[in-house]
Amino acid sequence: MTAAASTGAVAVHPKYGSMSSDRRWALRWSYFFLILFAIFFLTPPVYMLITSLKTSQEISAITNPWWVYNPTLDNYRELLTSNQYLRFFLNSSIVSVSVVTITMLISVPAAFALSRMKFWGSTLLGTGVFLTYLIPETLLFIPLFKMMAVFNDLTGISLINKWWVLLILYPTLTVPFCTWIMIGYFASIPKELDEAALIDGATWTQTLTKIFIPVALPGLIAATIFAFTVSWAQFLYPLAFTTSESQLVLPVGIITTLIKGDVFNWGQIMTGALLGAAPPLIIYAFLMDYYIAGLTAGATKG
Amino acid sequence: MTLPLILLIAVLVIYPAFYAVHLATLNKTMERYVGFSNFLFLFKRETFWMVVWQSCIFAITAVIFKAIIGFIVAHLVHNIPSKGQRKWRGMLLIPWVIPPAMSTLAWLWLFDPSYSAFNWIFERVGISPIPWLGDVYWARFCVILVNVWIGAPFFMIMYLAALKSVPEQLYEAAKIDGANWWQTMRFVTIPMMRNIIAITALFSTIVTFANFDIVRVLTRGDPLDQTHVFATWAFRVGIEGGDIPLGASVSLFMVPILTIGAIFILRDIVKRGNEA
Repeated sequence: MTAAASTGAVAVHPKYGSMSSDRRWALRWSYFFLILFAIFFLTPPVYMLITSLKTSQEISAITNPWWVYNPTLDNYRELLTSNQYLRFFLNSSIVSVSVVTITMLISVPAAFALSRMKFWGSTLLGTGVFLTYLIPETLLFIPLFKMMAVFNDLTGISLINKWWVLLILYPTLTVPFCTWIMIGYFASIPKELDEAALIDGATWTQTLTKIFIPVALPGLIAATIFAFTVSWAQFLYPLAFTTSESQLVLPVGIITTLIKGDVFNWGQIMTGALLGAAPPLIIYAFLMDYYIAGLTAGATKG
Repeated sequence: MTLPLILLIAVLVIYPAFYAVHLATLNKTMERYVGFSNFLFLFKRETFWMVVWQSCIFAITAVIFKAIIGFIVAHLVHNIPSKGQRKWRGMLLIPWVIPPAMSTLAWLWLFDPSYSAFNWIFERVGISPIPWLGDVYWARFCVILVNVWIGAPFFMIMYLAALKSVPEQLYEAAKIDGANWWQTMRFVTIPMMRNIIAITALFSTIVTFANFDIVRVLTRGDPLDQTHVFATWAFRVGIEGGDIPLGASVSLFMVPILTIGAIFILRDIVKRGNEA
């Protein structure tokens, strides 16, 4: 932040004569191009909003698509009273919140152990955890699909087409990265702190809950946000493993149910997508700094 | 305390990864070992080579454009007074925050064959409408465009963080030595950012190469399977087509690229671990 402040001070310094006129032009061009890029980046979400406020008649009429002539909230009303859409929303919420809990329960103790208890293979395991983060879900969904079929044959428990199976699958996407960034945060805590705790007779569990978690709280929040947004946005696993409407989560639900055959009800699709994008956007709006810390932690920490 | 972690990774990541290799050597009904014949079958199919080609083009082009746009936007944000930076940065990261499946739906609607809002604008200024997703080359352009749109903000954030970490003294020293804009960029900014540039590009290459959501939602591989990448084609063949071994074989072709990326990233981590 100090670097940011000092560049700002240089940028607005008025004393340098011709320099400042140069700066002013550079600034104007910066704003000009920033606005261009902002238009590029914001067009789709804004267009979602525009379409979501239109009736089907207005959408199919040949009018200016970028303007709403008769704004209406009918699409929102319809979706928010439709049991089916609420079901998707509920499924998504349950899945995401549970996955966040599971992820934290697994990765926080693991990161604590890997950053503090030097045991045989701990460095190797730390690196291994990071490498698993690089294995994409697109490589694993087919063998997992088959594994579930085999599991069904062996035990008679069917895992396909159950929303809770996502609770088993999503942690594979969230745990490695969360563990990795928590290792980074825990490793930056001074050793003296936990040594003092040990001298005072604290157990490992007490050291973790009374010292590490409070001190590394920003990291914990960043990891939580990461786990939540990943589970909320995940598309491939629910598409491959769930099919019944009662078992679907939002991204898949919107795509499979609101598109009926070749009939696209775009007003509702855009409303559904916008409402579906709302939770991550709201979290981002309020916890932007933690969100960004989590993003950059992967490459700048550790 | 690491036991749950190890179990999770072993059962749901490592085991399936090797199981995929085993599956790839079975016949369609998964009763008989057939060795490499799934792979040989793939090598004879034109669609397979198209998928290889398309995946590479898709990943390479998208990463290059993401990196360039991210680099430019990061500099623009860095240029403006710091009190406005937060607001701009927050606004420009929005594409990354929206779940890809949902934002791609917005693009699908923007590219709609009869109601495309882009074509509406083009019509006003006298450009003939573009068959966004109907034409093979335009469809390929569109999937790359959407990928760049989603990924460029991430590069922007990473590069901005890197820019902030360059000590101001270096710029002052360069200025005193009479360095022009290009020299400052070439000898101060880029060397200081090199690590982050490399690691972000590698990450993104891996993620883009394995991308599924965008192609699946935007084109489903159409027209005529010409926009498929490995992940979507593996899904089409393996899950929708019911040929699990063939699907597994297709997805295994992602491994070489992923391994190369992983090795480079790992090298960087080990190096930084030694420095610390």
